[in-house]
Amino acid sequence: MKLHEYQAKQLFASAGIPIQRGIVAETSDEARAAYKQLAGGKDGAKLNVKAQIHAGGRGKAGGVKAVTSADEAASVAAELLGKPLVTKQTGPEGLPVRAVWVDERVEGGRELYLAVTLDRFKSQPVVLASAMGGMDIEEVAEKNPEAIVRESYDLLEGITTPQVERIVKTFGLSGAQAAACGEIVRSLCRLYEISDAVLIEINPLVIMAKGDIIALDAKFIVDDNSLFRHLELAAMRDPSQEDPNEYKASQIGISYVGLSGNIGCLVNGAGLAMATNDIIKLSGGEPANFLDVGGGANVEQVTNAFSIILSDKKVKAILVNIFGGIMRCDWIATGLLKASENLKVKVPIVVRLQGTNVDEGRKILKDAKHLNLISVDELADAARKVVEVAGKS
Amino acid sequence: MSIIVNAQTKVLVQGITGQAGAFHTEKMVEYKTQVVGGVTPGKGGTQIHGVPVFNSVKEAKEKTGANATIIFVPAKFAYNAVMEAMDAAVPLIVVITEGIPVLDMVRIKRRLAGSTIRLIGPNCPGLITSGECKIGIMPGYIHRPGGVAVVSRSGTLTYDAVYQLTEAGLGQSTCVGIGGDPVVGTSFVDLLPMYEQDPQTEAIVLIGEIGGTEEEEAAAFIKKSKMRKPVFAFVAGRMAPKEKRMGHAGAIIAGGKGTAVEKYRALQEAGVITVDSPADIGKTVKAHLAKRLNRAAV
Repeated sequence: MKLHEYQAKQLFASAGIPIQRGIVAETSDEARAAYKQLAGGKDGAKLNVKAQIHAGGRGKAGGVKAVTSADEAASVAAELLGKPLVTKQTGPEGLPVRAVWVDERVEGGRELYLAVTLDRFKSQPVVLASAMGGMDIEEVAEKNPEAIVRESYDLLEGITTPQVERIVKTFGLSGAQAAACGEIVRSLCRLYEISDAVLIEINPLVIMAKGDIIALDAKFIVDDNSLFRHLELAAMRDPSQEDPNEYKASQIGISYVGLSGNIGCLVNGAGLAMATNDIIKLSGGEPANFLDVGGGANVEQVTNAFSIILSDKKVKAILVNIFGGIMRCDWIATGLLKASENLKVKVPIVVRLQGTNVDEGRKILKDAKHLNLISVDELADAARKVVEVAGKS
Repeated sequence: MSIIVNAQTKVLVQGITGQAGAFHTEKMVEYKTQVVGGVTPGKGGTQIHGVPVFNSVKEAKEKTGANATIIFVPAKFAYNAVMEAMDAAVPLIVVITEGIPVLDMVRIKRRLAGSTIRLIGPNCPGLITSGECKIGIMPGYIHRPGGVAVVSRSGTLTYDAVYQLTEAGLGQSTCVGIGGDPVVGTSFVDLLPMYEQDPQTEAIVLIGEIGGTEEEEAAAFIKKSKMRKPVFAFVAGRMAPKEKRMGHAGAIIAGGKGTAVEKYRALQEAGVITVDSPADIGKTVKAHLAKRLNRAAV
């Protein structure tokens, strides 16, 4: 689950990671009040109004604006709020702006990169640090990998002093600044652990002209699986930033990802669902989605899955690929028939069943003489068939 | 022979009184697995499908001589269940539970380091030695005893592969689902040397997924150790977009790393026979093994 910048910064503040003072506003009046409070009641101070969306690239897309008066803060907020903001990370529809963050504007300073995430290879947390902050870190990693310091550490012991020293050294800091930065690194690691984060990224971490160190922007992702023990973080979820279909599916235990093609897919199991997308592509088609219906492919769940698939108007045909292990194929076949009748599905559905009671299952589908439902025994044939019918309709 | 489990393995079920635990206990017993006890705190003294239930793993292990445990308890209690099994020194812990927080697995993995305990999973179908012992949730009837090992990050895709092998007349030795999470107890590289040593195993089918580097590590191991037995591989997720999680928490192409293309390249360079279509796994293994036999005959 992603957090907004303002939510991440509130967590930073409570963890002792320095940020500029800021206030979140959901209306233009709130933005005006925020300006007044931050500027001490007078106009003239240079503040930022930053659109809050779950994507980067906001500055270049016009989502971060400097303001010098309470009225200007209000009018900029009115301009941004309630509209989608399109950045190079959002896709063409953009993401809706439901809040702005008003904070003190930082001019100049040296930009650094600091993040903590999981090193999957070592099964340990890893701190990534680079003096080349403010840039896309993937680009730095590709063109200049030695500019990134990686320090993976034992979660139970915490990051060690020599590791912190190496990070501070790569930033080129000494004396009091080194000590302050070291504290930020330690606080970041603690925050990573206590919030069950997947990633916390500060880009940039800024060394200001006067010597203060400030976390200027933040990317914060929390482990979905940990939300049962972080109700305060779970409450920060903003569904408006998520694909409505993906969100709806996730609420009912279906894993769905929208793709660009025209063949809808309904599969049980994540690996088999990916493999089904692959074989459609190998057969010359393009899947419209990844969909793992989960363990219990019952009538209700299959109906839900069909309705999510069909809410994508690009879908011209559906491939159902179910391996009935514990789930018997005859039950699945009955469920598929009911679900397609419930929803009056018009597009052709190619069904490939395999596993327990497969013959009974296939017989049920064949006997039903359902015009749109085509039962195919082999996966490769089913993929070819669905590509063919999607091309015709 | 086989790896890790056989007809002598004695199994406990943690979370035996839950819906999934009770259901799969019955299926494991049907498969003639020696399920010697179950554990649910507060339910000691009862029975589930003829299996005695105990209040703790320690007590269950002492009274039954169990040397393996399978965990079905919900994600929020799974960490404690694994710790309890480790404290009782159960040598094999199989975690079926899906949705365990990744930092819990980091802590578990840290405790595993330096111990002889083997942990498989989480978020996996378990493991099975065909005809001898099933510690998992896979449908038992698709498996036949034989010489092909299957090791996989997936669930139903593994069943499909096993089904294809059985249909092609190829039985299996030990099939292990290692799980789809970013941190798992046992990886491909832990199992490959065991298969190489196992007299029953003649060939290995490796089923990977996008995300992480487990397949690349497997490729590096195969190359470096000059494995003699043929390895076949399919990697799911060629169609997957970047930064989108495809169901499994571990199946994500992050920072441009973990793509299927990279994994196929690494595996091919290590001499692994890669399979492009998930429908061709059984056929490909059969064709290659037939060729090898012909060569051997000549």
